[in-house]
Amino acid sequence: MANRRDFLRGVLAGGAALTAGVATEPACARETRARPDEALGLLYDATLCIGCKACVAACKEANGNPPVFSTQDHLWDTPLDTDGHTFNLIKMYRNGTMEAKDAEENGYSFMKVSCMHCADPSCVSACPVSAMTKDPVTGVVGYNPDNCIGCRYCVAACPFGIPKYQYDSPTGRIGKCELCRHRHKDGHYSACAEVCPTGATLFGRTEDLLAEAKRRLALKPGATTVYPRGRLRHAQEKVLQGQPDGKGAMRRHGWRDEPDQSYEGTVGNYVQHVYGEKEYGGTQVLKLSAVNFQKVGMPDLPPESAAALSETIQHTLYSNLLMPFAVLGVMTFAAKRNVKADEGEGGNDSERKEG
Amino acid sequence: MANHIHAAPAPVGGRLFNATTFVAGVLIAIMATILLVRFIFGLGAVTNLNNGYPWGMWVVVDVVIGSAFACGGFSVAMLVYIFNRGEYHPLVRPALLASLFGYTLAGVGVIFDLGRWWNVWNMFWPGSVNLNSVMFEVAICITAYIIVMWIEFSPTFLEQMGRNDTKRKLSRVMFFVIALGVVLPMMHQSSLGTLLVVMGVQIHPLWKTPLEPLLYLLTAITMGYAVVLFESCVASSAYRRKIETHLLTPLSKIMLGFLAAYVVARLGDLVVRGALGSAFAASLEAFMFWLETACFLAPFILIGREADRRNPARLFLAGIVLMLGGALLRINGFLIGYETGDGFHYFPSFPELMVTVGMFAIEVLGYIIITRRFPVLPREAAHS
Repeated sequence: MANRRDFLRGVLAGGAALTAGVATEPACARETRARPDEALGLLYDATLCIGCKACVAACKEANGNPPVFSTQDHLWDTPLDTDGHTFNLIKMYRNGTMEAKDAEENGYSFMKVSCMHCADPSCVSACPVSAMTKDPVTGVVGYNPDNCIGCRYCVAACPFGIPKYQYDSPTGRIGKCELCRHRHKDGHYSACAEVCPTGATLFGRTEDLLAEAKRRLALKPGATTVYPRGRLRHAQEKVLQGQPDGKGAMRRHGWRDEPDQSYEGTVGNYVQHVYGEKEYGGTQVLKLSAVNFQKVGMPDLPPESAAALSETIQHTLYSNLLMPFAVLGVMTFAAKRNVKADEGEGGNDSERKEG
Repeated sequence: MANHIHAAPAPVGGRLFNATTFVAGVLIAIMATILLVRFIFGLGAVTNLNNGYPWGMWVVVDVVIGSAFACGGFSVAMLVYIFNRGEYHPLVRPALLASLFGYTLAGVGVIFDLGRWWNVWNMFWPGSVNLNSVMFEVAICITAYIIVMWIEFSPTFLEQMGRNDTKRKLSRVMFFVIALGVVLPMMHQSSLGTLLVVMGVQIHPLWKTPLEPLLYLLTAITMGYAVVLFESCVASSAYRRKIETHLLTPLSKIMLGFLAAYVVARLGDLVVRGALGSAFAASLEAFMFWLETACFLAPFILIGREADRRNPARLFLAGIVLMLGGALLRINGFLIGYETGDGFHYFPSFPELMVTVGMFAIEVLGYIIITRRFPVLPREAAHS
């Protein structure tokens, strides 16, 4: 075993090289991603929501989803939570006597539960087969059942509990809001926003929605202001409206022309926070509420996404497979010395067997 | 290596049909029936899985814990061929056999849990794979390792089949196969821990750390040695063979070394992250944390002294306690410390449990058949 010293030296040198490799690797650190410039999303304003659940019904219809029952008579679609067949739900917050709307004590409020379309989604990072993808232009987080293997890592990863698997079927899929991307080509936008009677759910570019949300937060509670409904128009769209061919606006943004549906209403007593502006690097669906966001069921999330940390670890360890190959090199070197030429693993010492 | 002369492996012989193999057969039949129902009616028909706990018994126990229990082959091969400790050579084949079964079944078990299993080819299709996904890395590495392990173990079959030519050819490249067989488990056993990172805030602070890959790798190695202790004791008792104390005593000391490294990393991480405080809360998580920690510390008390390491009963107990600790680390991280929101609960259903039991029965049955008919365990001096 005179060579053991050489061997150990070789292993130590290899180990030192590896350590150096890892230490100089922070170039792999992956920052939390931001939303794409033309990101599409929703703005849900709980102070405008009247809990009519028109959006829940419209979502079911637009996505061809069956009703889900929670009552004995099976008369109405009554899901208690989002599930593989329910991509959008209005949940209720209630406290004490429930006298006043949007009051935290002795009041009630609503909260829309659907995919937040994260800037840096955990589900997309988790999915091993690219069945969950984020559109590079619109930022919509879409699902492709033809790639999906049903491992449900997306279900486990999402901090909002959004992707849901259909456990009731032998060929179950993942169900989640895809912002009605299948209707976009016909000029339709998210069905929930299309049908919302009060503009509590508004569709648009997230950048515009964020500006609108901040406009509302800056208003004095109780004052009067104008609330858009349906789709929030991009500020520059006005320039193109009313062109002679009547199609200018449509060409400009691709959505169906609609009459202006905005109306005057009273400003709510908002919590001064746009939920989704910064959470996990930001989401494309934004929320306003008069009741504490954690109390209405939204998780308290840091500004850094979990996907960024997970991918930083993975890419530090596996960047260009340098580390694995380096370790394999050291191991091959060691094994080459220590495995006798005519010795199979499982180590048959038959050539040297006793008796 | 040449300095160590061991009895060559030989089939144990004896009848294949006995009470143990019969019971194993019945359990396997029950499992097959449950799986038939699962594939016809869906996961919801037999499991208690839900959208709050999408991963249950089949993933956490059969795959995450099952593959860690199957690290004996990797741990012992590393010792013998990388650190050149040829004296442990007789342990390699039996350990590798247990690993072969553990991993192959973990690989097959994944299919039971996949909701859209017919799409599984996407995992290997360049156009579909997601290189950012921890799960992708785990899946590729485990698949590769299963293939590598069958090649590593194939001399056993080739010997029995009299294909010594093939065996000789294979043995020329065996050093590389062995090296692969050490690197691949390092990769996926660490990544099994990294799986938790993307779950972010849903993981309890006691188990949520960027050090996850290191903790899972170190525990997988120690669990590998623990399983060898356990399995050697069981095999010698069941086959009425002499217990290999002369090997197990020094092996258990190496195990304690890895275990000490783990305990330092684990507790150091908790202190640095300032998460240790939540271990003193009156919660299920805190209780499970202390149970887990107790399992990792107990081996130091059980076999900390050299004299105790010569006691087979203590070695056996230390092996079991450590296997339990590693299992608890994984159950705690993936299930107890996983909180997805109000209203979700998970406890495995009876059919779910029976599938896991059935998988274990396959391992026992396979181990018995192969050790009785193929040269795996060292030839007993008394027989020759």
